[in-house]
Amino acid sequence: MEAFAHQVIAGLATGGIYASLALALVMIYNATHHVNFAQGELAMFATYLCWTMLNAGWSYWAAFFATLAIAFVLGAAIERIIVRPVESAPVLTVVVVFIGLLVILNSLAGWIYTYTIKSFPSPFPAAPPFGSHLVTSHELGAICVTLIVLLLIFLFFRYTPLGLAMRAASQNPDSSRLVGIRVGWMLALGWGMAAAIGATAGMMVAPIVFLDPNMMAGILLYAFAAALIGGIDNPGGAVLGGFLVGVLENLIGAYVIGTELKLTVALVLIVGVLIVRPAGLFGKVIVTRV
Amino acid sequence: MSIKTTLAVAALGLALAAPSIAQKKYDPGATDTEIKIGQTMPYSGPASAYGTIGKLEAAYFKRINEQGGINGRKINFISYDDGYSPPKTVEMIRKLVEQDEVLFTINTLGTPSNTAIHKYMNSKKVPHLFLATGATKWNDPKNYPWTMGFNPSYQAEAKLYAVDILKNHPNAKIAILYQNDDYGKDYLKGFVDGLGDKAKSMIVAQATYEVTDPTVDSQIVTLKGSGADIFFNITTPKFAAQAIRKVADLGWKPLHYLNQVSASVGSVLTPAGLDKSQGLISMRYIKDPTDPRWASDATMKEYFEFMKKYYPDGDVNDASNTYAYAVSQLTVQLLKQCGDNLTRENVMKQAENIKNFQIPMAEPGVVANTSPTDHEPFQTMQLVTFKGKSWVGEGSPVAVKQ
Amino acid sequence: MEAATTTTTLAPLPSEKAATRALPFSRAQITGAAALLVIACALPFFLSNYRTFQASMVLIYAIALLGLNILTGFNGQISLGHGAFFAIGAYVTAILMDKFGVPYWVCLPLAGAVCLLAGFLFGLPALRLEGIYLALATFALGVALPQLLKYKHFEGWTGGVQGIVLIKPDPPFSSLFGLKLNPDRWFFFVTLFVTIVMFALAWNLLRGRVGRALVAIRDHPIAASTMGIDNALYKSLAFGVSAMYTGIAGALGGIAVAFVAPDSFTIFVSITLVVGMVIGGLASISGAFYGALFVQFVPNIADQISKAAPWAIYGTLMIVFMYVMPTGIAGALRLAWARLKRSRQDNTAA
Repeated sequence: MEAFAHQVIAGLATGGIYASLALALVMIYNATHHVNFAQGELAMFATYLCWTMLNAGWSYWAAFFATLAIAFVLGAAIERIIVRPVESAPVLTVVVVFIGLLVILNSLAGWIYTYTIKSFPSPFPAAPPFGSHLVTSHELGAICVTLIVLLLIFLFFRYTPLGLAMRAASQNPDSSRLVGIRVGWMLALGWGMAAAIGATAGMMVAPIVFLDPNMMAGILLYAFAAALIGGIDNPGGAVLGGFLVGVLENLIGAYVIGTELKLTVALVLIVGVLIVRPAGLFGKVIVTRV
Repeated sequence: MSIKTTLAVAALGLALAAPSIAQKKYDPGATDTEIKIGQTMPYSGPASAYGTIGKLEAAYFKRINEQGGINGRKINFISYDDGYSPPKTVEMIRKLVEQDEVLFTINTLGTPSNTAIHKYMNSKKVPHLFLATGATKWNDPKNYPWTMGFNPSYQAEAKLYAVDILKNHPNAKIAILYQNDDYGKDYLKGFVDGLGDKAKSMIVAQATYEVTDPTVDSQIVTLKGSGADIFFNITTPKFAAQAIRKVADLGWKPLHYLNQVSASVGSVLTPAGLDKSQGLISMRYIKDPTDPRWASDATMKEYFEFMKKYYPDGDVNDASNTYAYAVSQLTVQLLKQCGDNLTRENVMKQAENIKNFQIPMAEPGVVANTSPTDHEPFQTMQLVTFKGKSWVGEGSPVAVKQ
Repeated sequence: MEAATTTTTLAPLPSEKAATRALPFSRAQITGAAALLVIACALPFFLSNYRTFQASMVLIYAIALLGLNILTGFNGQISLGHGAFFAIGAYVTAILMDKFGVPYWVCLPLAGAVCLLAGFLFGLPALRLEGIYLALATFALGVALPQLLKYKHFEGWTGGVQGIVLIKPDPPFSSLFGLKLNPDRWFFFVTLFVTIVMFALAWNLLRGRVGRALVAIRDHPIAASTMGIDNALYKSLAFGVSAMYTGIAGALGGIAVAFVAPDSFTIFVSITLVVGMVIGGLASISGAFYGALFVQFVPNIADQISKAAPWAIYGTLMIVFMYVMPTGIAGALRLAWARLKRSRQDNTAA
């Protein structure tokens, strides 16, 4: 029984990792109706920037917030400069641009920072919480940070005029323009925010998995699955999806099929859920009328 | 022996005995002024962390060229990216052999990549040397006479640990974590073979992971739950660091065997936490750049200066770099032994003729030895334990019979 | 005078001559195709073995990309996991050749059949998924397949992590019209033959009722079903046919490289196929060739340019191509051709 609880808790911890990146994916989908495959690499790159600052002697929180700001600007800049020229192109063209971006960021990080893994500090105390061996303070803290970010996103979209404008801009750009919304800048803002959320995810994840250019590659797959299983437009669903995927993966690996096939079985289950509920567990079902 | 072979051996003997009167003999890739060496290396893709090996070797040969080359010839080192994808490896090797016409290849990396070109290199009779993988199948001179490994065999290393366990902890319970690919399974096989009949009763838990997995935390939790008191850790650097840290965080204190692939102090143990790495057992054959024993070692000093001048982008503390340095040194020794007879056949003969050569970057006492029936350069390995800040040798190097 | 002729929104009516011809090709098109065929057949005798091998790989990618294009370009179902069918085709062939001694030319249609079935079976549940969700499901397939291939209980068949080593088939006769044949050249001809057959089949399929049905489903699924098209059947069939094409390409690929292993079929293959298809041109048969050329040669070029960060160059080139030609190379050529024809019409009209 203790082992089971242990697996579940470990699953929640890894699930928190998936949830944080899934939030960034949902953010960018809500803002632009595109799934940005380069989100993980952006997060990784931002984390490296933070690492550079920390190495230069900055304090943790100074570097943390500076990174958020830089990531925001970087995200918005990428939208304006790289994504804008293909805005009106077919969806798959934009996907290829994202893939190109992913590959560039990964390669640049490897070149500038080499592939040696680096340890990344955690703002949370090193001592385990309540003396327990089941989870570290950092993992607990990371989950809390994810939940705070989720709350902020929820409040932003629900209660601020800017959030409303952003949702409008992504759902119906033409009508939004008629109402006076600067759609272009809404998209850039969305990208900036997603990049900042991704940076948070990266900085929370790096202490757990160690910082290296391929850090986010495996996580992106699970984050993608988590975001979709919860409904691609639903931030709460994404977080729940993340935890679900994390726990599921661990339990399957430990009790069902062994670690050799756990990835396969986890994915089959996720696809199975999607087939039963094609818009995800909490997503909005789009009904097209003729 | 056929007449052709007799003549070849006689010519060889002549060439070795009196280099000044030896005739210059060339195969494609060698001229009066140049020796072309080929390589494929994953500069991109999932294994791109190992790309630094190719980069260091390129820088090393650049330095050699600046110092005048070998026997007056410059080395033209051509290394292509294969992205760790076997089809790409095949394409790039064919380019090296058929288009660039290299004399031989060194340190091609990856078990699947090398498996894909194994037959080809031997059918084309191009020396396929110093493979950057520890798979045991490269030591097969009867069927694949043109292939020679470098890394000490994974299976032999695992057997070393198994023998140690049988001797000192014959009633222990063992848990194993391994990467779900050729490298991981090779280590596992050697370990299980080494334990012999007792394998079934001693191994109580096994877990695998993929390189795409973010963490191995769940696997460690499972393994701890099995109640094992020995842990055999077959992981690549990133996952090794995660495993070491998680084992410590869980409060699990098994006897922890770590595969040599991840024994680098700078790239694995330091991020994991030196305090959490105390008591780790591994194997060593190349000098570690962070080891205080080599602080005033001439080779190590030369390495540090080399890194500063020729490969500033590289990480000085990455053991992959000292590894590549050692391979380069062995290659230079091979070329020196060839003298002016630069045919592929002679290159292979010289490769099979390395006798008690102490590679400067290898641990003292770990010498390279090859023969026409033995294509594995390293015959001995030494067990080491991590104490304080460095690996400390246990006993003397052990001979590993294949 | 200019204004009336510059806006041509309607395509010109086919001339009388075209309607009464036996084949719907102009004489120019037939001579062009014949010339290409002659050049293709002559290629292996002018190129080195290595280049011939590369040329075979280009053809193989072209078949795979055509398969993906049938599904995604013509039928609008996004697949990020087509590398899985490429792998299935390769492994079926490898197992048949290695364990059962089946000759390679029998393996090809068998691999195709297996993939047709596999694709169809995957397409059935995939009917429920749209757009991004289908992308994830196919992505999951692409990621999971290498793990399945490594699974220890299948090791007896698949060779596990070690893979299966094959032998490249020897040419059945040592020379053709006095020109020497070797395994590389012979294999190129086999691949060329298969390519021509597959492309002809696809062309025929896509310009007929089936092709129109697929495109209709892509553009207006509701309208298509009200017109009497069985959406479910066509979509699943599209999956099956597309998988068959990519599977045959995979089979050829496995023989060309003479080796199959799980590491040859990572998710990166699937991503490469998508990139190749988009850059070549969606919903375009000729696009498959352009995409194949890109995917085969541009990474090598990137590697030449920079050893430090080769993929940064590759990614940049991808993005540049997408800026300059958002509808792919085939799309750009089509636009350029239309512009050329229009300016010629303007000149003759004026």
